[in-house]
Amino acid sequence: MHDSRTNPAFLRGMTQSRSVTRRDAFRMAGLSAAGLALAACGVQGKKVAAPQKDAVAEYWAAQKKNGTLRFANWPLYIDKDGKKYPSLDLFTKDTGIQVDYQEAIQDNSTFFGKVQPLLAANNDIGYDLMVLTNGLQLSKAIELGYLVPLDHSKLPNFAANAAPKVKNPTWDPNNTHTIPWTVGLTGIAYNPKYVDEVTSMEDLWNPKYKGKVGMMLDTQEVANFGMFALGIDPDTSGEADWRKAGEKLKQQRDAGLVRKYYENDYVDALARGDVWITMAWSGDIFQQVAEGKDLKFVVPQEGGTIWTDNMCIPKTAQNPVDALTLMDYVYQPKIATMLVEYINYITPVPATKDLVLADAEKATGDDKASLEQIANSPLIYPSEADQAKLRSYKALTSAEEKIFESIFQPVTQG
Amino acid sequence: MTSTSETGAVGTVPPPRASGTTSGARSGPPVTRKRSGRFGDGLLKGYVWLILAWLFLPIVVMIVFGFNDTQSKSNVTWQGFTLKWWGRLGDYPDLTVAVFNSLKIAVISVVITTVIGTFMGLALGRYRFRGQGATNLVLFAAIASPELVMGASLLSLFVSSGVQTGFVTVIIAHVLFSLSFVAITVRARVVGLDPSIEEAARDLGASTWVTFWRVTFPMILPGVVSGALLAFALSIDDFVITQFTSGSVQTFPLWIWGATRIGVPPQVNIIGTLIFAVGVVIAVVNTVTSRRRT
Amino acid sequence: MKRFAPYLLILPGGLWLVIFLVVPMVFMASVSTQEGDVVNGFVQTFNFSVYGDALVQYQTQFLRSAGYGLVATVISIAMAYPVAYWIAFKGGARKSTYLLLVLLPFFVSFVLRTVSWKFLLADDGILLSPMKSMGLVPDDFHVLQTTTAVIGGLVYNYLPFMILPIYVALERVDPRVVEAAQDLYAAKRSAFTKVVLPLSLPGVFAGVLMTFVPMTADYVNAGILGGPQNTMIGNIIQTKYLVNNDYPTAAALSFTLMAVMLIGIFAYAKALGTENVLEAAAR
Repeated sequence: MHDSRTNPAFLRGMTQSRSVTRRDAFRMAGLSAAGLALAACGVQGKKVAAPQKDAVAEYWAAQKKNGTLRFANWPLYIDKDGKKYPSLDLFTKDTGIQVDYQEAIQDNSTFFGKVQPLLAANNDIGYDLMVLTNGLQLSKAIELGYLVPLDHSKLPNFAANAAPKVKNPTWDPNNTHTIPWTVGLTGIAYNPKYVDEVTSMEDLWNPKYKGKVGMMLDTQEVANFGMFALGIDPDTSGEADWRKAGEKLKQQRDAGLVRKYYENDYVDALARGDVWITMAWSGDIFQQVAEGKDLKFVVPQEGGTIWTDNMCIPKTAQNPVDALTLMDYVYQPKIATMLVEYINYITPVPATKDLVLADAEKATGDDKASLEQIANSPLIYPSEADQAKLRSYKALTSAEEKIFESIFQPVTQG
Repeated sequence: MTSTSETGAVGTVPPPRASGTTSGARSGPPVTRKRSGRFGDGLLKGYVWLILAWLFLPIVVMIVFGFNDTQSKSNVTWQGFTLKWWGRLGDYPDLTVAVFNSLKIAVISVVITTVIGTFMGLALGRYRFRGQGATNLVLFAAIASPELVMGASLLSLFVSSGVQTGFVTVIIAHVLFSLSFVAITVRARVVGLDPSIEEAARDLGASTWVTFWRVTFPMILPGVVSGALLAFALSIDDFVITQFTSGSVQTFPLWIWGATRIGVPPQVNIIGTLIFAVGVVIAVVNTVTSRRRT
Repeated sequence: MKRFAPYLLILPGGLWLVIFLVVPMVFMASVSTQEGDVVNGFVQTFNFSVYGDALVQYQTQFLRSAGYGLVATVISIAMAYPVAYWIAFKGGARKSTYLLLVLLPFFVSFVLRTVSWKFLLADDGILLSPMKSMGLVPDDFHVLQTTTAVIGGLVYNYLPFMILPIYVALERVDPRVVEAAQDLYAAKRSAFTKVVLPLSLPGVFAGVLMTFVPMTADYVNAGILGGPQNTMIGNIIQTKYLVNNDYPTAAALSFTLMAVMLIGIFAYAKALGTENVLEAAAR
């Protein structure tokens, strides 16, 4: 509709002659110069000191339950039935808290880019609870004091039911600010109709799939794969390794192999046939296969990435108590089971495996098969051997981050 | 508001004597009578229809896939006809919120734009005053500058002055980019008015106020209405400037942009179809009534 | 009272335009020479080197955008002219119906139209899939994420801006003049090139102005239909502003873009032999 500026009435107006002298133009320039003096002052920024221990108790003491919660999450990341979210409905029934659930996060950097100016200015971001992946943005949020330190005395289910592995992560010691929503793997997904069996990272560089390879836009994701392909362990990597990985990725792009650097939309591209082989997140492919698509997911022999999506409360949250209540609520095995049966990523609550199997006992036909598949899938309940191949994103200091970004951003933003 | 080159510029409003030839009177027999003419005409006609088909192709696809019985989360291959999505329009609560936001923003910004834009159009079309040229220059700049630059500069202003982007800043932006369109449309109408009618009203003893409301306003009303419709259309569809100024407020176009990353659900096709249908009805009514007027 | 009437009428709108159009441009210029980041704030240091750095780093995208804009404009003229010509001279009584037909597709949201193309052009989509199964094109043939797709999208989305001004110009050409020309010149072709074409040129010029500028600054088409080799300057500015919060670089890039466009418009007006920019735009 935008283009109704071609409306005849308007065009008639536009095409009327009018006279503007050059003097008028100069006058405008003069006015602008006056404004320049006004605009010379800088943009205000605020750096926040790290929270003190007693400040945490003080913060929570001053908060109370409001009965509403604004929850920002990723798309297709919660159980859904029509327009209902069964687990959230149960939550509302049990706690009386209404949830305004929004699929507002498409990728970490875009979302963080949107909320960071608000948080820096101490303004409400419109959400009380959000889910961020461990990585540059989450580390930055913690470092800048954008996240409310959690009151662990209100998180008994987390203490009782969370897998030991997800507790006390390197990016957030003692789970001070975050607890996991789900854990996932980045590996390679492919369409067996066009692609022979994939075992190695090198297949993403195979000229046979020119223009049919999908890579990810996220610099940390793509950097890890560049390093895996060269046999570099991201954990111990340094600047020289990153440069090599950057070159490797550039070479892949310039050879015309890469169709696009995708965000969440790689799934759609794979389903539509735009790419045949792509970097992929385990749960997405599991969901596609469950829907009947013929797709395969592998963790290549060189390695894969393991990441954690974390629930956290922004410092300007209006309903932090309600947010904390939900964070603990989803750690009940019953609720975690509802979530994993739909989301198909790795759940932080290991007790769910038996509950999924119990559900499978009760179910029949297709449902039974798919539930059994979930309980027995190495992608959802990975084995120790698999986990040995997996690496996290490289933890970066802010000085390192600058170098890292300057190497990998030009790769994805050609 | 007269210009030396008025008669020379092709784009100018034709002088009154020519107005008789602008529409109906010209549709006589075709001007060419050459032998090759008929074949050439046929070829040209085919070409025009080909372009029209190309223009309509994505629209048809959009409408049709609102009826697709798709099973998966993204709507890509045809899987049979269904009406079920019409009953499940509200499946995405945030999509519903986004659509209503778009409507709210459009209505509020149109009201503001129409009022102050009409004032500007009146001033520019009726009076000669100092600064008129500069006003025209700014109006032109508002239309000519790319949306991206307009959005970027507004964001620079808001960031520099610590204003939080959101509902209000979107409305400010929408008024800004539609203001020129309303002002220029109204001005065209005002310039075309016959001053003797108003003079006659005043001669008959009507006050300035009464003259305006009883005589002038009804005459410029068509210009105001078409300006307002234009502003509404511009607002409800705007993506670029809105993206820069919206903060965390979602509108329909922004929601679609986000959804392209996960696959656009059929509900979007249906809402798109509904907006399209409303636009078509308004356009058809507008065309029919304006034809009747001439 | 009468003397002040125009000023009172112009005041609200005028203020709006000054505060939210003119002043922001100034702020943008100011932000571009500041240094800092979102966390620590930005301080005005009159750091003009950002312009040099940004231009060196993103010259490819600048040139690419200009190239895409240029090619898309030329294609638009080629596509729009015959349509405008046919409607103006052969449309008869149904002229306004044809015009309406040209405009109708644009009642669908801009983003949605582009998304619809993405969907139509998918590798296994409704256009390419039959061609592939018939063996007309190889299995790995694709249109999405190519230059063709981006330029095609630009042309599609801005075509009416070209058709309408050309139509308006042609519509003003008196058929009797054309007839006289045809009597004067034996060939139909010379009647066209010597009479109709020159009379319609102002419409073409207006169309160029109304399409080239927004096409060059567009980022939606490259974002939805383009691939890693199709990034336009608009995509960079959008990312710098909204994702990286790197305001100085983003402001420097958009200020440069605006300045280049303004100079372009002035030069274009000059080339048309008029000193008055507005006049040129209005034609």
